[in-house]
Amino acid sequence: MIKIHEKLIEKVLLLSASVSASLTILILGFMIVLGLPLLTGGLFFDLLTQPWSPRQELYGIYPMVMGTLAIAFLGVLFACPLSLGCASLISVLGPRPVSLFLKRIVQFMTGVPTVIYGFVGVFLLVPFIRELFQAGSGMCVLSASLMLAVLVSPTMILFFSDSFNQVPASYLNAVDALGGSRVQKLLYIVLPCAWRGILTGLVLGTGRALGDTLIALMIAGNAVQAPGSVLDSARTLTSHIALVIAADYESLEFKSIFACGIVLYMFTTLAVIGIRAFNPSDRKTTL
Amino acid sequence: MKAKTLLVSVFLVGWSLVFGSNANATALEAFKGEKGTVKIAGGTAHIPVVKEAAKRIMTYNPAIQISIAGGGSGVGIKQVGEGLIDIGNSGRKPTDEEIKRYNLHMFKWAIDGVGIVVNPKNPVTSLSKEQTRNVFAGKINNWKQLGGTDKPITVYTRDEASGTRAVFWKKALAKGDITPRANFVVSNGAMKSAIAQDPYGIGYVSVGHIDDTVSAVTFCGVAPTLDNVKKGKYTIARGLYSNTKGKPGGLAEKMIGYLLSSEGQEIVSEKGFVPVK
Repeated sequence: MIKIHEKLIEKVLLLSASVSASLTILILGFMIVLGLPLLTGGLFFDLLTQPWSPRQELYGIYPMVMGTLAIAFLGVLFACPLSLGCASLISVLGPRPVSLFLKRIVQFMTGVPTVIYGFVGVFLLVPFIRELFQAGSGMCVLSASLMLAVLVSPTMILFFSDSFNQVPASYLNAVDALGGSRVQKLLYIVLPCAWRGILTGLVLGTGRALGDTLIALMIAGNAVQAPGSVLDSARTLTSHIALVIAADYESLEFKSIFACGIVLYMFTTLAVIGIRAFNPSDRKTTL
Repeated sequence: MKAKTLLVSVFLVGWSLVFGSNANATALEAFKGEKGTVKIAGGTAHIPVVKEAAKRIMTYNPAIQISIAGGGSGVGIKQVGEGLIDIGNSGRKPTDEEIKRYNLHMFKWAIDGVGIVVNPKNPVTSLSKEQTRNVFAGKINNWKQLGGTDKPITVYTRDEASGTRAVFWKKALAKGDITPRANFVVSNGAMKSAIAQDPYGIGYVSVGHIDDTVSAVTFCGVAPTLDNVKKGKYTIARGLYSNTKGKPGGLAEKMIGYLLSSEGQEIVSEKGFVPVK
């Protein structure tokens, strides 16, 4: 009786696992099939290098690829020191009540919808940047990446602090026994031991930054040019898809967004491969 | 799609009789005893009028629910053609190809102008056709060249789905270039708030949306006012359409009938558009 039950549960779980796994592959297949007219004839690589100008029949996504990379990497760059500091305070340096309180706040922050950050960006950050630099509209790469840093840092903080907590207690006790300070403990033991976790957190944060739509859509300005400076307005692949999806189904504009989808998919795949590469211990347990 | 669509759903539940139903009984009587939902999406210029009409209908008969979403004219035409919504609004006439493919029926219930707007602090108040084209093409990029302060111009434009953009591009820019440096916003409302916030911005918006927060610029010596649009003096004008797939029936037909009734046309002029009747 019990055995039948177990078999049944196993089968049901297998079914749901294979459905969710095959969905990911199906989506890739779907994008490739619909993007096939672009992929054949080398048009796909033209798209990657051309500018976007539907009037001259140029449907390139080069400006969007550059915009995405600029905004995402700058966002992670801003988020990195913030997250490292915060995670250090939570896991190593801070007194218990402070770190517990901080951890709760950070956990809460992971649940804030991105549209809220977008609103804050539009009404506080954009006017501030505009007045500070006295150039352009304030809707620019810098504003978007600053806001994106706020969005991705909770994920990174929690990941960092988890990896800090995995440092063997005997190492930490050894530092205490030698009379080392908390700062020494962090610098010489925790950070070197947790570097894989830090790298994984960075890659994870980059993946999240690449995939976010709303913040860039609301405050990056969405101009179709590769940004030349951080004060230039730019458009990400995700917001490009959101802006063009309303175009006619039959038009080349619409078809070109499948190229955006494929490029985004590749970016995310690279991020996941990155996580796997940096985390061999993780691979051992899963395989 | 969700990221783009600013959902302005209105769900009025309860018997709030703010608008005395007796006074408006004639046009609203068509909705007596009706029940069901009407889904409307598309052009963002239409929203003030459609929202007010929906409010009155739902107050008169709370069994009817009307949801109103934005998205732009392209979205309106596409979604109604695919059968996702009952009425698709567009701020431009659907193309012959769209009409043929989706078997669209069009109802024009208002005339609207598209006005150029700048921040109220901006001293520039009039532009010639030539200047407008050069500003939007990025050839004139400092307000000093137009008699304003020595600051770079930030150009704002709308996305591909916008009917307002289609009309402005055709009638004001004569299908000229729009600079790739232009910022993109996704609705008439978003355009208004972007210009209201940016002292050096320039954009274009449905005349019905112009208020104190932005300053309307005279185009070729004609101010974008309701009166000038009505007399045909202001040339950047277009019809506001509601489209249905095939002949409208049921509540969709009544909703369009209400917009074309004398009471509906009153709402049209109240909200700053030119009635068609």
